Amino acid sequence: MIDAGAGTAAAPRADVGHGFAARGHWRPPEIAFWLAVLATVFLVPSWHLILNDVAILGLFALSLDLLIGYAGIISLGHAAYFGFGAYVAGLLAKYWIADPVIGLIVAGSAAALLGFVTSFLVLRGSDLTRLMVTLGVALVLREIANQLGWLTGGADGLQGINMGPILGLFDFDIAGLVAYVYSLIVLFFLFVLARRIVRSTFGLSLRSVKDNPMRASAIGIRINARLVAIYTVAAAYAGVAGALLTQTTSFASLDVLSFDRSADLLLVLLIGGPGYLYGGLIGAIVFKLMQDWLANLTPQYWQFWIGLVLVLLVVIGRERMFGWTLPVRAYLERLGARIWPDRPAPARKQ
Amino acid sequence: MLRTLIGSAVVAVSAFSAAQAVAQDAVKIGLIVPLTGQQASTGKQIEAAVRLYMAQNGTNVAGKKIELIVKDDGAVPDNTKRIAQELIVNDKVAFIAGFGVTPAALAAAPLATRAKVPEIIMAAGTSTITEASPYIVRTSFTLPQSSVVIADWAVKNGIKKVVTLVSDYAPGADAESSFKARFTAGGGQVVESIRVPLATPDFAPFLQRARDTKADAIFIFVPSGQGGTLVKQYVERGLDNAGIKLIGPGDVTDDDLLPTMGDAVIGTITAHMYSAAHPSALNKAFVEAFKKANNNLRPNFMAVGGYDGMKLIYDALKKTNGATGGDTLVSAMKGMSWESPRGPVSIDPETRDIVQNIYIRKVERRDGELYNIEFETVEAVKDPVKAAKK
Repeated sequence: MIDAGAGTAAAPRADVGHGFAARGHWRPPEIAFWLAVLATVFLVPSWHLILNDVAILGLFALSLDLLIGYAGIISLGHAAYFGFGAYVAGLLAKYWIADPVIGLIVAGSAAALLGFVTSFLVLRGSDLTRLMVTLGVALVLREIANQLGWLTGGADGLQGINMGPILGLFDFDIAGLVAYVYSLIVLFFLFVLARRIVRSTFGLSLRSVKDNPMRASAIGIRINARLVAIYTVAAAYAGVAGALLTQTTSFASLDVLSFDRSADLLLVLLIGGPGYLYGGLIGAIVFKLMQDWLANLTPQYWQFWIGLVLVLLVVIGRERMFGWTLPVRAYLERLGARIWPDRPAPARKQ
Repeated sequence: MLRTLIGSAVVAVSAFSAAQAVAQDAVKIGLIVPLTGQQASTGKQIEAAVRLYMAQNGTNVAGKKIELIVKDDGAVPDNTKRIAQELIVNDKVAFIAGFGVTPAALAAAPLATRAKVPEIIMAAGTSTITEASPYIVRTSFTLPQSSVVIADWAVKNGIKKVVTLVSDYAPGADAESSFKARFTAGGGQVVESIRVPLATPDFAPFLQRARDTKADAIFIFVPSGQGGTLVKQYVERGLDNAGIKLIGPGDVTDDDLLPTMGDAVIGTITAHMYSAAHPSALNKAFVEAFKKANNNLRPNFMAVGGYDGMKLIYDALKKTNGATGGDTLVSAMKGMSWESPRGPVSIDPETRDIVQNIYIRKVERRDGELYNIEFETVEAVKDPVKAAKK
C-alpha cells in the first residue's frame, strides 16, 4: 500500500513515516480541482441550484466511498442514513431550532448513532448478506417514516420547514447562492476530514482489512471495531448530506429514503471510481450534470442515454476510457514536482 | 418607385422591430411533469394536452408570445423543487404548471409563495394542496369530490355494506375518509377498511379478505396505473360472482388503460369528472384531435387537467392584457368559468380549487372499445373537504 517514496530496508520505520506523510500533501491536481470548484461560485451564478445538488450528492457519495472504497463494505441502503439525517434536520427546524449549523450537527450525530447501532447487523455475514441487511434497514426506515404521518407528513412530505439564516447572518436566497456556498463549505470541511481519516493509521488498517481480513486479524487488527467505526463515520457523513438537502430545499419527502437513491449513489460512485475520495465528487458532477443536460434535451428518454453511458463505462472500463488523460496527468505531476521540489515532509502525529 | 421601396423598407424594419419586441415580451410557462418513472403516463398525457392546446390556439396571447419549457421531475419532490426554482430564477417563468403527484406540488408551493408565481396544478389530487400557497390554482380534481359522489350514489342504490380498499398514501387516505364519512352519514356501513402498500402489484390477498366480509360492494382507489391488475384479480378471486359490486373514484378505470383491461371490467361503476366518452361536441373534437396528434392515444382525466390548465393560463393573460405577476394573474383566475371537454367548470374564488360536474359512469363496450359511459350527473361539485372546514 505504501508506495510513494517507499524506503529501503535500512530505516523502514522512518521511511514509512516519510512516505506516509508525503501521501498527505495536497497535490496540484487536487488544488486545481478545488480552485475550479471555488470558481463556479463566481462564474456560473445560474447553475448554483443544480451545483448545490451536485455538492450534496458528492458528499453523500464520499460517505459511501468511505465504506466501499476503504472498508470494502457494500451497501444498497445507504439512503437510510441520508434520509434519517434529512428528517432529523427537518423536524428540528420545524419544531425546535431553525439554525442550520446546529441542525447539521444534530442530524449528523443522530445519523452516526443510527449507523453505530445498525453497524452490528452489517458486520454479520458476507457481501450478499450485507447488501440485504442494508437494503432492509433502508426499507424499514422508509416505512416507519410513511407510517408516522402525524410527525413526518407521510407520503405528502414534511411541510412547513422555515430555515433560519446561517449563523444568524446569511439567509437562504431564492437564487441558491447562500445554499451552494454553505453546502460547499460543509463538503470541503468534511472532505478534508475524510482525507485525514483515510491517510491515518486507522485508514491504513481499514485498507488492510479490506484487502485481506484474515491477514489483518493475524497481525492484531481488531476488524470489527474498525468496521463499526468507519460505518458510524460514513453514516454521519450521509446524515449531514441529507440534512443539507432538507435545509437548502426546506423540504423532506419519503424519496430521501428510497431505494432509488441508494442505487443512484452506487452508480455515482461507479462512474467516479471508489477508493480515492475524489471518485464520489467527480461521479456526482458527471451524473447530475449529464442527467440535467440529457433531461433538457429529451425529457422522456434521458434515462435511456444515461443507462447507455453506464453500460459503456463498465464495458470499456474507466481506465481505458480516460487513458488518454494519462500524459496530461503525468505532465501536471511533473509540473507540481517542479513547483514544490521535494518538500520535506512535516512531522505528523498519527 | 423609390418612395414605395423606402416605404416598404420602413414597414419591414418596423415589422422586424415589432417582432423583436414581441420576442422580448415572451411569457414563459414552466411545465414540470413526471415523464420517467412510475408516473410517466401522467406526464405524457399532460404534456400532449398542453401542446395540443397551444397548437389549436396559437402562441400569441394579448400581444405576448407564449413559450413552453417542459421539464421532467420523475415525480421526485426535491427534483421538482429544484427545477421549479431554476425555472423561476433563471428562466423567469411567469407560471409553473403540471405536478404529477401531491408531494411534488407541495414541494414547489413555498417557491410559488415566495416568488409570487402562479402554480397551476394539472394532476395532483389531494384536497389540501391549494391551501399550501395563495398562488396555487387547480384544474384537475380532488379525490374527495368523486368519493363523496359515489358514496351518495351507493346509499341511494341500496348498497348497505361496503368494504374499502385504497392505496396507502395521502390521496388514498383522502378517498377512504371522505367516502366513509359520507357513506356512514347516509346510513351505510363500512365493514372493513383495507389499505394496500402503494407499490403492490398483487392485490389477491387483500381482495380475498374483502370477499370474506360478504359486503355489497367494494370501494376501490388505486393510482391510475394499477387499475388493470386490480380488476383482473377481482374477477379471479370471484368477487363478481359473490355479488360484490366494484365502485370507486374513476382512477381505477382510467381511459388511458381501459381499452386494455378486458371484459372483466364491464359493469364497474365509478364517479369521476372526465370520461373520453363524454357526450359533447367539444369533447368529441378534443378526443379526435388528441388521438390524431398522439398516435391514437386516448386522452384521460390527466390530459383534460392539462388542457384546461393551459386554457386557464391563456384566459388569465387575456384578462390581464398580457400583464404578468402572481397577484394579478391569480385574481384574474378566481371565479373564471368555461366550457371544458369534461363539461362546465369554474375556479372557486375562495379556495382556488376547481368546481366541476361529477359523473356516475358504468364501463360498457361501445364501438368495439371499452368506455366509461356517463349516466348520472351531479352538478358543480366543490371540494367537500374544504367546504366542510368553513
